[in-house]
Amino acid sequence: MPPREAVRSTLIALISTIVVFGLMAVVVTNAPNWPDVQRAFFDGAIFARSLPKLVEAFGTNVALFLIAEIFILAFGLVLAILRGLPGPVFFPLRLLATVYVDLFRAVPGILVIYLLGFGIPGLGIAGVPNDVFFWGAVALVLVYSAYVSEVYRAGIESVHWSQEAAARSLGLSRLQALRYVIVPQAVRRVIPPLLNDFIGLQKDTVLVSVIGLVEIFREGQILKSAAFNFTPLVAIALIFVVVTIPLARFTDWLVARERGRQVAGGAR
Amino acid sequence: MSGLGPALHIEGLHKSFGALEVLRGIDLEVAEHEVVCLIGSSGSGKSTLLRCINLLEPIDAGRIVVEGDEITARGVDVNRIRRRIGIVFQAFNLFPHMSVLANVTLAPCKVLGLGRAEAEARATELLERFGLADKRNAYPDRLSGGQQQRVAIVRALAMRPDLLLLDEVTSALDPELVAEVLNVIRELAAGGMTMVIATHEMGFARDIANRVCFLDAGQILEEGPPAEIFSAPREERTRQFLQRVIDAGRL
Repeated sequence: MPPREAVRSTLIALISTIVVFGLMAVVVTNAPNWPDVQRAFFDGAIFARSLPKLVEAFGTNVALFLIAEIFILAFGLVLAILRGLPGPVFFPLRLLATVYVDLFRAVPGILVIYLLGFGIPGLGIAGVPNDVFFWGAVALVLVYSAYVSEVYRAGIESVHWSQEAAARSLGLSRLQALRYVIVPQAVRRVIPPLLNDFIGLQKDTVLVSVIGLVEIFREGQILKSAAFNFTPLVAIALIFVVVTIPLARFTDWLVARERGRQVAGGAR
Repeated sequence: MSGLGPALHIEGLHKSFGALEVLRGIDLEVAEHEVVCLIGSSGSGKSTLLRCINLLEPIDAGRIVVEGDEITARGVDVNRIRRRIGIVFQAFNLFPHMSVLANVTLAPCKVLGLGRAEAEARATELLERFGLADKRNAYPDRLSGGQQQRVAIVRALAMRPDLLLLDEVTSALDPELVAEVLNVIRELAAGGMTMVIATHEMGFARDIANRVCFLDAGQILEEGPPAEIFSAPREERTRQFLQRVIDAGRL
C-alpha cells in the first residue's frame, strides 16, 4: 500500500472509532439514571479501597487455576490416549473414557463444584479432606479435563498416519510411537486451543465461591455488601481483563506463527 | 541369524482391502545379499507387498519367513521383527519435530537401548558416509527432498537391519534429485545389503537388481535376471508394460 493511502486508512479508522465510541459514551452518559449508575458501579474511592483486598483474594484464584491446570493437562492427555487405543481388548477403556468425557462436558461446572464440595465431605469418610479449595480444584480438574482431552484428541488425529507407520517400522512400540512421535507433534498443534481452555478455567475459578471458598468473587461480594456498592465487582472484571488479555494476545501470536510455518512448509 | 534359511521367504501371500484383493498369492524368495526389484504399474501391489513384509499391514493368508523365523505366525513380537527389517517410504516420513540427528538416533536409543553417545556415533558415521554430516542439526523442513530421503535411508540403516525395503523412494523427488538417492542405494547394494525395492526407475532396476519381479494385478507374473526381463520378457503383459515405459521415455 502506498504511504498516502496507508495514512488515509489509518485516519479513517481513527475517526470512525472516535465517532462510534463517542456516540456510545454520549448515549450512556445521557441516560436518565446515569448518575445513579455511575455512583453504584464506578465509585473511585470504593474502587481504590477494595482493589488491594481483591488483588490479595485473587491469589487464591491464581493458585487454584495454576494447580488445576497442571492436573488438567496430564489427565486430559491420558483420557485422549485411552480414547484412541485400538483393538477390541481396549474397548472397556475406550468406553470408560468416552462416557467420562460425555458426562463431564454435559453437566454444568457449577453443579459439579456444588456436588463434590458439599457431597463428598458430607459422606464423613475418615481421611477424606474437608477443604473447599481442594474440592473446588478437583471439580475444575474433572470438568476441564473432559474438554482438554477433546482438544488433545483432535491434535493426535491430525498427525498423519504415516508418522506412526514410520515410527512403528523402526521397531518402536505403540506407546513409544505416541510418546516420541505422535504426541509431541499433536501438542504443538493444539497449544492455541489449550490456552483458550486455560483462559476459560481462569474465569471459572470464581464458581468455586459457591461452596464457600473466599476467593476474589466472594471477597468482592463481601466488599459490595459492606459498601452497598457494585464497584468492587467492576474492579474484579478489570483484574480478569488485565490477566487474560495478554494471554489471549499470546495465543493469537502462536496461531499466527503456526500458520506462517505451515504455509512455508507447504510451499517447499 | 544368518544361515537359518533365505533372507526372506514368502509363500501364498494374500491381502485384501475390503472387497479389493490387492495381493493374490505371492511367492517370493530372496537370498542374503540379493537385490530384488519389484516393477509393475501403479496398483499392482508392490507397495502393499512391502508393507506386509514389514507387518505394517496384517495379511489374510500365507506365510512370511525371515531367516527361518516365521514373522506372520500368531503371537510373534512385531516390534522385535521390525528391528531387523528396515523400510523407506516414498514420502520420507521423517519426524518433522526432530533434528536429523534425533530422527536417526530415536530408534537405536529407545528400541535397541543404545546409550546416547553410542547412538550418536553410529548416526554420525552413517550421515558422514552419505554426505549429510553438515545437516545433523537441521530440521527435515530445511532439507531438499533428496536430502530428506537420504536421511530416511540413514534412519533405517541405523537399526542395522538384515533386510531393507525401499518403497518407490524416488517417486516424490524432482528429477534432478533422483540420482543422489539412487547412488546411495547402489552403494548399499555394493556393500551387500539385502534389499527388496519397489521402483518405477527401470534403468536403475536393470543396473542394480540381481532379480526383477514383474507384478501384475497382485501376482508375480514373471521374474528373472534383469537382462532377461528387460530384453526378452516371456509374458505379453510384461511386454506391454515395458513398451509403455519405453514410450514414456523412462527406460
